[in-house]
Amino acid sequence: MAVSIQYLNGIMTAKLSGELDDHTTQEIRKNIDAQVEKRHPTILRLDFSHITFMDSSGIGLIMGRYRIIKFLGGELQIVNVPLRIMKILEISGMRALGIDIKGVGKND
Amino acid sequence: MIEINEMNISFLSKSINESFARNVVASFLLQLDPTITELADIKTAVSEAVTNSIVHGYGDQNGIVYINAKIFDNGKVIIKVKDKGCGIDNIERAMEPLFTTGIERAGLGFAVMQSLMDNVKVQSKLNKGTTVILEKNIIRRYYNDDKQ
Repeated sequence: MAVSIQYLNGIMTAKLSGELDDHTTQEIRKNIDAQVEKRHPTILRLDFSHITFMDSSGIGLIMGRYRIIKFLGGELQIVNVPLRIMKILEISGMRALGIDIKGVGKND
Repeated sequence: MIEINEMNISFLSKSINESFARNVVASFLLQLDPTITELADIKTAVSEAVTNSIVHGYGDQNGIVYINAKIFDNGKVIIKVKDKGCGIDNIERAMEPLFTTGIERAGLGFAVMQSLMDNVKVQSKLNKGTTVILEKNIIRRYYNDDKQ
């Protein structure tokens, strides 16, 4: 499974793993959206600690979830982003939208 | 600048092949002894170009994606990703950041390619297909010629 989802006290955490591209994001998106629709979390947290590769499909995945969670009145957090993945996120200028992005503490 | 090696692959425009394509190109380039960052940059750029061919070039129809990669003695890498799909009617607009044809897409494919590679060229003809040419200079940390 490329995503495992946990829900506790309004916070939904989706732990992603493996490579995020156009192919793999299709399944991940379906899984997250189904759970978000069911639970209506106040915070959706995407944990990137086990992502080993990402192209702009990953940015599309984040933007899409951002729209949905905003529509539901919630908040999106991106956590544990490895340095190499952060480089791709920086290109997207996503911080300007007010999306909360946190990298991993150490350099990889 | 002397060409030292070349590879060609072709594969069906199935999204599962995006990972295959970027990993084949990365494996081929290992002989230049790139850094992890250089290799990751090229893998990402190849993934963007191949995804464009599969998603936008061919869309719902099946087609063949072609990749040609050449490496040169000075560390230069030239990768061509080609499809015979629908083509792009306005290349300038397609390359604009945030231009997208789908809600789940970021429209950043070309922006990502341009920021990770030294040079990106796009050739396209409507209903004929598109070729994306990616160039990057790998810093040579040693030369085989210097040995012995």
